[in-house]
Amino acid sequence: MKPLNDVISACPPSGIRRFFDIAAEMDDVISLGVGEPDFVTPWRIREAGIFALEHGYTTYTSNAGLPQLRRLICAELEKRYAAQYAWDTECLITTGVSEGLDLALRVLLNPGDEVVVPEPCYVAYEPCVSFAGGTPVRVATRWEADFAIDPAAVEAAITPRTKAILIGSPANPTGAVQPRAALEGLVRLAEKHDLYLISDEIYDRLTYDDTHVCLGAVPGARERTVVLGGFSKAQAMTGWRVGWICAPQAVAELCVRVHQYTMLCAPHVSQIAAVEALEEADGDVREMVADYDRRRRVFAKGLREIGLECPEPGGAFYAFPSIRSSGLDSETFAERLLHEESVAVVPGNVFGPSGEGHIRCSYATALPQLEEALVRIDRFLGSLR
Amino acid sequence: MREILELLERDASLSHDTLATMIGRPVAEVSAQIAAWEEAGVIRRYKAVVDWEKVDGTEATEVTAFIDVAVAPARGVGFDDVAERISRFDEVRSCYLVSGGHDLRCTVVGSNIRAVSDFVSRKLSTIDRVTATATHFVLHTHKRDGDTFFEPEPDHRLRVTP
Repeated sequence: MKPLNDVISACPPSGIRRFFDIAAEMDDVISLGVGEPDFVTPWRIREAGIFALEHGYTTYTSNAGLPQLRRLICAELEKRYAAQYAWDTECLITTGVSEGLDLALRVLLNPGDEVVVPEPCYVAYEPCVSFAGGTPVRVATRWEADFAIDPAAVEAAITPRTKAILIGSPANPTGAVQPRAALEGLVRLAEKHDLYLISDEIYDRLTYDDTHVCLGAVPGARERTVVLGGFSKAQAMTGWRVGWICAPQAVAELCVRVHQYTMLCAPHVSQIAAVEALEEADGDVREMVADYDRRRRVFAKGLREIGLECPEPGGAFYAFPSIRSSGLDSETFAERLLHEESVAVVPGNVFGPSGEGHIRCSYATALPQLEEALVRIDRFLGSLR
Repeated sequence: MREILELLERDASLSHDTLATMIGRPVAEVSAQIAAWEEAGVIRRYKAVVDWEKVDGTEATEVTAFIDVAVAPARGVGFDDVAERISRFDEVRSCYLVSGGHDLRCTVVGSNIRAVSDFVSRKLSTIDRVTATATHFVLHTHKRDGDTFFEPEPDHRLRVTP
């Protein structure tokens, strides 16, 4: 047989997969390893989906997605973040941010182009760059600096082949929110070196201390920035697979071109549910966000009380405590914690080398379970002493 | 601080410590505020939400009925005196002045259908100026005061996801 695709064959499977396989076999596991909300989609949104099914909205939509939904998304971006996009030429609906990321990279990159990726970062960033024919170039961010991106470090990684910088804020796995100064620094770099910026803002509504800054609204950024967003996290709609891209017209047009041939359109029913989410579910979102915020405070404090250093994460629903005091590497820590105390977490190194010495704990879990997890982690730490 | 009330209304078992962490205020401040509310009657009391249908041996030992009561209003007091008189009975769990065909809507609890019927015919309908009653027995509770009484949806999430 002839060899399969070299790039894909060379891409290692996600380090998360292994932990999933172990955890799936065990009983009585408390999982802090889940990267999605513990809330079910708010009922009014589900009900809108049921209504859509009942009334036969089972067809394709236009490639770019329902005009009503695109209008709502652009209006929301303007209202919340003063980011201005034309709904008909600069916005398209994707099957989640995952597809949006893939589209953006395919449209921006030529073979061999480099994409600077600050890490630790979401597990899909580097593989998606590679699949699109690019080369990911890691730039470390440091825990001591709250994982803020240092524009000087990014600039040091820029070569004549650099095409784009890919960031996520608020971030999975660190929960870090990039300060405005860091974002502005990146925009200056992009202007200076003529680079594109790809900004994954799926967690935009899940910020607790500061208001989210949409990169597309930072002065100078708009013409070279692709903003990715969606409904999975704030509206608890992971399984509906619906997200969006807002980008300058030239980029958006090519994204639609790839999308029309590869995906055709995002699911019709999901788009209708997303309309409901934007029109009617803001109260539900605010309540869920308030709930994450309270759990964040309780959980981060709990981690500190059992001796793990954990600054208050500013966004998303992850705590990324340091486990260096345990003397274990993150992979061993997570594996032993799972086997010995049945608590599933994700080792930090799967998100990049700078994640070593950390574990990702999702607090999208009911409070009593978080409290029990803390008891178990404490016991585990005690057994190491 | 209003958030504390909302949280307690949802889960009165939260400790002051947890509440303080949740809203990011010192525990002493939270405790003082709660004590002040208790003192002022803002927090009237704490109670549990019980699904009696799930308690062994108590099945069908209590029935609930909604009773609509028509009242002839009186000069000066309107419906208030009758409403208050009705509300004083322990059997009456709630009593509202409402619009529509009747004037008061009450929730009445008794040990069986007979007990509730007797209460309505002997106590409620014999009150001066009560002109009519309509009794609706509760057959099953699906939701009460924001709490649903059906099985919660199972967690369909995979245990570890990116």
